[in-house]
Amino acid sequence: MTTPSTTTARTERAATRFGNRQQLQQILAFAGLVVIFAFFSFASPYFLDWANVKGILLATAVTGIMALGATFVIATGGIDLSVGTGMTLCSVMTGVFLANLGLPLVVGVLGGLAIGALIGLLNGLNVSYLRLPPFIATLAMMMVAQGLSLVISGTKPIYFSDVGGFDQLAAGELVPGLPNAVLIFFAAAAIAGVTLSKTLTGRYALSIGSNEEATAISGVDVRRWKVVIYTVAGLFTGLAGVVMASRLNSAQPGLGLGYELEAIAAVVIGGTSLRGGKATILGTVIGALIMATLTNGLRIMSIPQEWQKVAVGIVIVLAVYADILRRGKEA
Amino acid sequence: MSDSPALLRATGVSKSFPGVRALDDVHLDLRHGEVLALVGENGAGKSTLLKLFSGIYRPDEGAMELDGAPMSPSGPRQANELGISVIHQEFHLMPDLTVAQNIFIGREPRRAGLIRDDELVRRAGVLFERLGIPLDPRQPVSHLSVAGQQMVEIAKALSFDARVLIMDEPTAALTETEVDTLFRIVRDFVSPRTGVIYVSHRMDEIKEISDRITVLRDGRYVDTLPTASTATREVIAAMVGRQLETGVRPGAASSGSAPGADGREVVLSVRGLTTRKLLRDVSFELHRGEILGFAGLMGAGRTEVARAVIGADRSTGAVEVQGRAVRIRNPADAVRNGIGYLSEDRKRYGLLLDQDVVRNVMLSALPGMTRAGFVRDADGRRVAAEMVDRLAIRTPSVTQTAKNLSGGNQQKVVLAKWLVRDCDVLIVDEPTRGIDVGAKDEIYGLLTSLAAQGKSIIVISSELPEVLRLADRVVVMCEGRVTGTLVGADATQHDIMELATRFGTDRSLVTTGDSA
Repeated sequence: MTTPSTTTARTERAATRFGNRQQLQQILAFAGLVVIFAFFSFASPYFLDWANVKGILLATAVTGIMALGATFVIATGGIDLSVGTGMTLCSVMTGVFLANLGLPLVVGVLGGLAIGALIGLLNGLNVSYLRLPPFIATLAMMMVAQGLSLVISGTKPIYFSDVGGFDQLAAGELVPGLPNAVLIFFAAAAIAGVTLSKTLTGRYALSIGSNEEATAISGVDVRRWKVVIYTVAGLFTGLAGVVMASRLNSAQPGLGLGYELEAIAAVVIGGTSLRGGKATILGTVIGALIMATLTNGLRIMSIPQEWQKVAVGIVIVLAVYADILRRGKEA
Repeated sequence: MSDSPALLRATGVSKSFPGVRALDDVHLDLRHGEVLALVGENGAGKSTLLKLFSGIYRPDEGAMELDGAPMSPSGPRQANELGISVIHQEFHLMPDLTVAQNIFIGREPRRAGLIRDDELVRRAGVLFERLGIPLDPRQPVSHLSVAGQQMVEIAKALSFDARVLIMDEPTAALTETEVDTLFRIVRDFVSPRTGVIYVSHRMDEIKEISDRITVLRDGRYVDTLPTASTATREVIAAMVGRQLETGVRPGAASSGSAPGADGREVVLSVRGLTTRKLLRDVSFELHRGEILGFAGLMGAGRTEVARAVIGADRSTGAVEVQGRAVRIRNPADAVRNGIGYLSEDRKRYGLLLDQDVVRNVMLSALPGMTRAGFVRDADGRRVAAEMVDRLAIRTPSVTQTAKNLSGGNQQKVVLAKWLVRDCDVLIVDEPTRGIDVGAKDEIYGLLTSLAAQGKSIIVISSELPEVLRLADRVVVMCEGRVTGTLVGADATQHDIMELATRFGTDRSLVTTGDSA
């Protein structure tokens, strides 16, 4: 048929083309972000103020970390509705560990992460072994987590004022001028990116999203790997909970509902397909930045909060439609 | 070609996709009252041409005419309205809706905005009577066999006032009787104002049903031949562009090896395999380097045996691999024991269609291609490139998306996946379904050489010549039971059919093992 050398040459040429196409998606989302940024810079003199940009990054951090986890679940073709209230439960439990039980800082933080992993583990078990649809399994978990947060906290916020140094976790500036919460977000994104593209967990998530049955027949223990994937997603929920608690220096049991939708919106704006099989972490990061920038910019232009929601909704439609157009041309 | 305006004509049509020129200056004319067979190897462009007629694609160049008037359908719906009905290879049915609802979807009779189900059922009944199809219109499609679903597709296509009926491999899933029914329907349909385009790989059927044969190769028009005065050999030569050894060679694969595989190590032993739904006490042994055929009619339980052995479905019974008793609860266990399964439904169970050749080839062996938990993509690309060479997979590159490959090449990708994993036992279900003559030969050659290298292969096939050509021994099934095992060199199609139709409970006649 073909000699090895021509095959290799063709392979390389095609690989470059493929790479460009993958990048196009991110360039598109990134261009969107730049346009939004440029628009608000002209619209408001305060927008480009470093304090304001810092605010945007801070606002991105918590939703962004949740969106990182959600990307894994969405890559399998599933959905995770429990990230919002799950995040809150992790905040509350971190409060219990640190403020109520007085455990050491490291233990409390790891405990918060562990609760997140536990939430993900239960989601995964329910999806894999009880065969609940992901929507239902995580909807149930969303309610359970919300309820437990209120019960455990006695519906009152838990303050970390007596826990020395906890607030520095998010508010401290290891790099002067840049809050740690933002650093944590970027570090988490880097880890998520490598996990998605370079480890079995990520590769199988995308395979399951592409064709679950073929993946199973290929000898991949799909049920077990789904548990792993949901647990990984849960870890990010836990991290979001800890960062949130640190930022507010308190655990607010009433918060959380609605965050899951913002996280999902960020993932979708980033070009990840809800049908599964296609996902990028860079896209999710850009998606989260777009969400936060938009909210911030509209607020700075003194647009009422009610209208901000409308604007965000429209942006989601535009972003996903642009992605569909792009995919249409590809096929 | 002909002087009078053709019923349907395509002149110089071309269509390109990224990286592929699927059709290049192709001609086709369908005369009034004829059945025109459209043949060509996989990737020859048949499906693309059909999709131009049905409005799914638009031609880049060239023109199409219906009865001398230019036409360019904007989609399947408009093609239907123009009188062109297409029965695709893949079914497009909603399993939870009834037969009648499926047939009239989008055209439901209504009164005051409400659907009239009684009228729906009545119309379907009338249609079935006209076509001689014995189906209950009220039945959900999910209750039907594959053949039944095929009949629903045909009825749906003919429920439009179709003038051109296009059938893309309509007999792939049908038994002989059902093929007869189909041919009767086709003959009833043909009249001086209608015509049929019939795509198939089965030369005997083409001989029987068609008037002329249009041959495509590599996206180009080759020739149109009158069926009656053309030998099968000539058609195949036009398709593949070279002379090809065809015909049945019974027991060819085993000619060099001991018949019955006596004395060779038993690699896989299955005893008393039983499932709740179908299988009853299925036992067989597979030897090293052997190709074991599984023959039987549709629904005999051959695929079910494969799915039970690999743990995809629940079953009871004992399985031994290389003499060790193993418990296989899911396909992951099967793969761990070196058993790989190539499904008859490649798209559903075989491939990650949206992903490239590399990802597909790597999938079953991924854990072995990691270092410190990280996937080594370079390994995957290297292995995939090796496989592309070794199996002669025709693809512009290893990063080509699987869905853009032809059926034969997709099958090779699935095969490559198991070779990378180094499975000792391969269960191949309908290895050449939907694959053209030339590529079939290649697949046969691959399977035979794999067996010669010491792989043990189970081939499940509905095509008896295929089973006889490949298999050292043939296990024949009927109604979920093994009704006999034949030695390939001695077996004939007649022997197999005799065992495959041994219905009822007369189990005393069952012969198993190597005694045949």
